[in-house]
Amino acid sequence: MSLTPEDILKIAHLARLEVPEEESSDYARELSAILDFVEQMNEADTRDILPLSHPQDATLRMREDKINESDQREYYQSLAPETEGGHYLVPKVIE
Amino acid sequence: MSDWETVIGLEVHVQLKTASKIFSGAATDYGSEPNTQACAVDIALPGVLPVMNQEAARMAVVFGLAIGAKINQRSIFARKNYFYPDLPKGYQISQYELPIVAQGQLEINVDGQLRSIGITRAHLEEDAGKSVHEGFQGATGIDLNRAGTPLLEIVSEPDLRTSAEAVAYLKKLHSLVRYLGICDGNMQEGSFRCDANISVKPRSSSTLGTRAEIKNINSFRFVERAITFEIERQIDLLEEGGSVIQETRLYDADRDETRSMRGKEEAHDYRYFPDPDLPPLLLSDQFLDQVAASLPELPEARCARFVSEYKLDPGEATKLVDDRAVADFFEATVKDSPKEAKRVANWINGEIAARLNRQNLTISDSPVTPDLLSKLIQRIADGTLSGNTAKEVFSALWEGERDVDQVIDDKGLKQITDSGAIESIVDEVLNGFVDQVEQYKSGNTKVFGFLVGQVMKRSQGKANPKQVNELLRNKLG
Repeated sequence: MSLTPEDILKIAHLARLEVPEEESSDYARELSAILDFVEQMNEADTRDILPLSHPQDATLRMREDKINESDQREYYQSLAPETEGGHYLVPKVIE
Repeated sequence: MSDWETVIGLEVHVQLKTASKIFSGAATDYGSEPNTQACAVDIALPGVLPVMNQEAARMAVVFGLAIGAKINQRSIFARKNYFYPDLPKGYQISQYELPIVAQGQLEINVDGQLRSIGITRAHLEEDAGKSVHEGFQGATGIDLNRAGTPLLEIVSEPDLRTSAEAVAYLKKLHSLVRYLGICDGNMQEGSFRCDANISVKPRSSSTLGTRAEIKNINSFRFVERAITFEIERQIDLLEEGGSVIQETRLYDADRDETRSMRGKEEAHDYRYFPDPDLPPLLLSDQFLDQVAASLPELPEARCARFVSEYKLDPGEATKLVDDRAVADFFEATVKDSPKEAKRVANWINGEIAARLNRQNLTISDSPVTPDLLSKLIQRIADGTLSGNTAKEVFSALWEGERDVDQVIDDKGLKQITDSGAIESIVDEVLNGFVDQVEQYKSGNTKVFGFLVGQVMKRSQGKANPKQVNELLRNKLG
């Protein structure tokens, strides 16, 4: 499996990571090598094996439907860069 | 018949009516002060971990059982990755490969035609927060109260062919989730939201056309209009030799049109992967049995029972069961007098429905309670009230009166069934309208109605109409 520099730039964009264009070929080579390594798994016969969805042999613990959190807005908002009228402020999303 | 065939699939987000969020213990109430119900998990502070709400899982299973679906006793939570400010984690916890509910169906009725619509899957996920774009100088405000509210996303097969079918499916689903008590169904508050995937293809072709997705249509009326508009847009485009592009469009109700929002990102762009914070959700046989035993009687079964037990028309029964609270109201009213069921159904579907509708109230707000309605109907059945005087008493009850017999006394509405009393009024009328009596006798039978009206008027509507008719007919011979 081989990734192109364009693939790298697309993946980087989706992850909102800045990858300078001149480095995209290096990343393409390195990431392709990782994918090739993992690709070896395809040689194993997995017909009767349940796909692994969690590394631990654990099952989901569930809680009762109870409200046990109180309002701590003031505290949380003291950590935020900017707030107004109880809202967290972020740069304008749409014009 | 048009050369084009439309294919519609619907994705409905149903907000589950839990007290707390799906992965945190914060409250889910609507309309609270911004961010007062957003705890450390909801605002995604580092190091926090999600803990699953059992009630959300139970509600998903309730839904699955109600649509005859396959319940996956092992289902997986996955991260759906995308960036938006109202999603502070940078991913939404959802289900991807193994949803909790798979392969069910919902039967819809369009103009008397029954069709079974496939439901591909229903999966659990968390809602995002809300972005407020107005009211802040050069900034967007973020309210995370809604973040983490449990949603059940219900995905239909592309089985729907017309906007009318789409609306029928949505109404059916809307009624069902309220019936099951898993969603309040409030569309204005976003508790029940719909996205529609629409494509058209030449009727002769077996491959689906390119689809456009219309987001967040928040009323049944808009669903119909948005889909109708979108179908026409795509057909026009194709007939002019153009092609539909896969994209997300937004319905603008003011202009009655859909507009392009952004190119729809391919599914794998969300880079789903199993959430390492959440091991597989396992449901035991025992749990499923418990939930199955707790299911309420479903609308279809209840409708059939109303027809057989109370001898209602299927049409009347369907109206009653559409809203579980209305059906409950009906049964509470007929409890003591099952023989009057038809009358009760008429009052509920007629007078009560009309008044609730006018005042924008629901059945639980009705000032006329089942007890009062039952009493009122007894007084019609025993001949104390006529149809018209009953309406007058009903109005008084609606305005707050609480004693049916008291109202009848106060207003002097007791129906006159004493034939002597009626006869004397009839005689008065016959003596007063000699011309009309002559006309009747010379063959103009239409004046009969006029004479009945005069008797009723003189009795202030209290004479028993049946007796009036009989007496008049006898006397006019």
